[in-house]
Amino acid sequence: MNRRRLLLGLPLGVVAVAATGWGVMLARMREGEFDPHTLPSPLIGRHVPDFSLPGLGGGSFASGITGTELQKPGRPMLVNFFASWCVPCVEEAPVLAQLAHQGLPLWGITYKDAPDATAAYLASHGNPYARIAVDRPGRVAIDWGVYGVPETYLIDAAGIVRWRFAGALTNTVIDRDLVPLLRTAS
Amino acid sequence: MIPELGHFAIALACVIAAAQAVLSIWGAHRGDARLIAAAPALALGQFIAVGLSFLALVWSGVVSDFSVMNVAEYSSALTPLLYKITGTWGNHEGSILLWCLILSLCGATIAVFGRGLPSALRARVIGVLGAVSCGFLLFTLTASDPFNRIWPPPPDGQGVNPLLQDPGLAFHPPILYAGYVGFSIAFAFAVASLIEGRVDAAWGRWVRPWTLAAWCFLTCGIALGSWWSYYELGWGGYWFWDPVENASLLPWLTGTALLHSAIVVEKREALKIWSVLLAIITFSLSLSGTFLVRSGLLNSVHAFANDPTRGIFILALLGIVIGGSLLLFALRAPVLVPAGIFAPISREGALVLNNILLCAIAAVVLVGTMYPPFVQLLFGQQISVGKPFFDSTVIPLAAPVMAAMGLGPVLSWKRAALAPALIRLWWAALAALVVGLIAAHGLGAIPALGFGFALWMVLSAAAELVERGRLFRVPLSVSWARLRQLPRASYGAAIGHAGLGVTVAGMVGMSLAVHSIQLVKPGQTVALGGYRWMLVSLHDQPGPNWMGRVATLQVNDAASGRLVAIMHPGKRSFPLQQTTTTDVSIKTNGLRDLYVAMGDERGGGVVLRLHVNPLAPWIWFGALIMAIGGWLSLSDRRLRIGAPLRRVATARRGPVVPAE
Amino acid sequence: MSRRAPLVAAVLVALAAAPAWAVSDPAELLSNPAQEARAEAIGARLRCLVCQNESIEDSNADLARDIRTIIRQQVVAGRSNREIVGYMVQRYGNFILLKPPFNAMTFALWATPFLAIALGLIIAVGAAWRRHGKRAETSPPLTAAERKRLETILHP
Repeated sequence: MNRRRLLLGLPLGVVAVAATGWGVMLARMREGEFDPHTLPSPLIGRHVPDFSLPGLGGGSFASGITGTELQKPGRPMLVNFFASWCVPCVEEAPVLAQLAHQGLPLWGITYKDAPDATAAYLASHGNPYARIAVDRPGRVAIDWGVYGVPETYLIDAAGIVRWRFAGALTNTVIDRDLVPLLRTAS
Repeated sequence: MIPELGHFAIALACVIAAAQAVLSIWGAHRGDARLIAAAPALALGQFIAVGLSFLALVWSGVVSDFSVMNVAEYSSALTPLLYKITGTWGNHEGSILLWCLILSLCGATIAVFGRGLPSALRARVIGVLGAVSCGFLLFTLTASDPFNRIWPPPPDGQGVNPLLQDPGLAFHPPILYAGYVGFSIAFAFAVASLIEGRVDAAWGRWVRPWTLAAWCFLTCGIALGSWWSYYELGWGGYWFWDPVENASLLPWLTGTALLHSAIVVEKREALKIWSVLLAIITFSLSLSGTFLVRSGLLNSVHAFANDPTRGIFILALLGIVIGGSLLLFALRAPVLVPAGIFAPISREGALVLNNILLCAIAAVVLVGTMYPPFVQLLFGQQISVGKPFFDSTVIPLAAPVMAAMGLGPVLSWKRAALAPALIRLWWAALAALVVGLIAAHGLGAIPALGFGFALWMVLSAAAELVERGRLFRVPLSVSWARLRQLPRASYGAAIGHAGLGVTVAGMVGMSLAVHSIQLVKPGQTVALGGYRWMLVSLHDQPGPNWMGRVATLQVNDAASGRLVAIMHPGKRSFPLQQTTTTDVSIKTNGLRDLYVAMGDERGGGVVLRLHVNPLAPWIWFGALIMAIGGWLSLSDRRLRIGAPLRRVATARRGPVVPAE
Repeated sequence: MSRRAPLVAAVLVALAAAPAWAVSDPAELLSNPAQEARAEAIGARLRCLVCQNESIEDSNADLARDIRTIIRQQVVAGRSNREIVGYMVQRYGNFILLKPPFNAMTFALWATPFLAIALGLIIAVGAAWRRHGKRAETSPPLTAAERKRLETILHP
């Protein structure tokens, strides 16, 4: 009889477990810690892939970016994929400027964007990037596993990708995710 | 003013629902005749109040009162009248109100048509429905008010979503919700019987028609949704194993199982505890289906506005309804006495197999849908569970269901022998085998198996009727008389089973579809699937709130040159919403669809997506046949008249020795 | 997702998917039907990353189009299906596979059909067994109505 009672209680148990799971998810989602719509990058813990992209051209952006440069940068740095047609990129521009101002090296790769349009974008929203390369066909982005812009990657001194954030960076995200990582990455 | 009245009506309905829940259940518990008698009146009152608030929302839509946020966001002055009305439920708040309306309608239906039920049971059923209603009306009031005002009102609304400006989708939600919410009645019966501590043959007889009605609506609702995605989305698919689609399939699967297990309860008083559990599970899945897809946790193409705060409210509500009923089940189910013994090979045995397999499919679909967020929560990894997974797990489970489906109805109750049953079906089996072998020759193993099973389902359903009428064994006049005396439920079951066969044939045919994407200039011809498709011209076509661009195609048979069809695929751009919809052109002859969707224009030509879809219309036609079978069963006199008389059922069991 | 510029051409709207269909440019298709069929079969197994539940073949997103093109280039270059899928998994992880691979993490998922059938059979057989045993000892207890009826029969 006891086993029967246990069996009859089974549905309740299953539902309780499932509901707890959903509850935790929803609560964390509200805190912004859980987002079913972002995916983790397979690049984390690895070197960035080999690639070579031309620079944006004009003044200090003549030189492009290659994979080998990022595979041993010597100090932690950020790589940011962006485009002039991307609205959240505009949103995160001030945050990036602030990061660059604090001395964190920031390199940019434009995604499917005409260099003229990028130049105009930088002129109106400011330029936080130390180097900018151009990925017009978007193939290098695919090699990185980029699935939208903006995306920001943290690469440590040894050239290992430590963190990827998809979407517009905010101060909350930086304080929560990036700052602790920077402490260990340097 | 009207919107405020609508808002007030929801509040009133909520209070009535609370009274309905508390007074009815308490009254039934105390045996208070006055409170018991008040239950139907409260249920009707609640329905009227919700109905008024719904009318108020429709009214706000019809008169384009843009100070109501809901109207401003989903309607506009230019929207055609039909879509001003249907637009009221084409959004989150309105659809929840529609949901509440149907739930209150269920209570009212029990109040009106449940006169033959024992009054205490009726009061409990109405009370349970009232409790559920109360929760969701409270949700409407606090977290999803459809009458929210905006001030100042915008000069014009943002317009109905162009995709919803389509008759198929406009009526999809009411039908689908009638199915979802209809299962609340079976749920209420289950909970009421748990409170009473009693389930008997009469319970099965009461629950079955309500379940059947809900099942018919759900079948139609799912079919309509699938048909809509076939002709509106324009890439020739009809089922994507999307979470929202799965959410509607889940209650359908367990509801189908309940439909069958309730027969066993009614005829043999077996599977009682299981049927009660199934009733609870089916409605729980309906609830989860409607609400969890709105929580933003599932990756779905049919995205509602997501709001985690709202999600937590919904989760708490679902927890109370589902958890509460399952707790009651765990506590009270041991009181229910199991009865009814049967051999593994028997009608009951076949129905148990049907239940196990249907529930296994439901479990796979449920786990597959919920797995990704749980994996992310536990392991921090993202995985996808999509069409290839479901295809490879559901099809092997569905195959034995189809095989057993033909066999079950010819087995006798209690104890049956397999051999005579198989002998009675020999011609159906042989025909299915022959068709399967022929198909295997030209089409490959999987389609051959599918066609074989499809034919088997149709023919075995026919064979069952032949058998019952002793057709070809007794004189035709005798057979005719026998067939005329068969209860409508028998015809309903046979038609329902045959309908599934037709749907399966359609799905298999669809898997053999061919398509081609071509850039075509006027005058050019494309060959595909034995047809020659010529683009004749491209022209503009203005609409009320959209601009259209239409192509004219002439399709000829490649072999004979005969003209088969003139087709007009098009595109509509809606300037207000800045969206474009494709207007697919489909020409069917019942055996195959010619399907053209229009893409971008460039260089004087246009990109056309051409499909030849064999047997495609059968998918939805089969679903319609299934629903017709259901309605036919519902019209069976036994279900309407025999049902309420519990004492008859008791008396029939005989004085001392139970029927077995 | 809402705080991010999606690469999809049409943004998803309430209740329904974007209506435009994939492959708007026939030029991206391969002229060799066997190769094109292979490419389509591979694409149907991969998820469009920026959409919700569509395959690469069904999606009209820019990224899906790029990935379709890469698949076709690799098919032409003579890569095997496994290599092409592996190439995608290396970049986007198992998330891109619509049919998740069998591993420790997906064990419960793949075991579900077997577990469900087994549980169903155990419950059914167990219930039948218990009832079978019980029948020998007692018949089900009479309900109140039956007892009353019995009374009237025995003591008229």
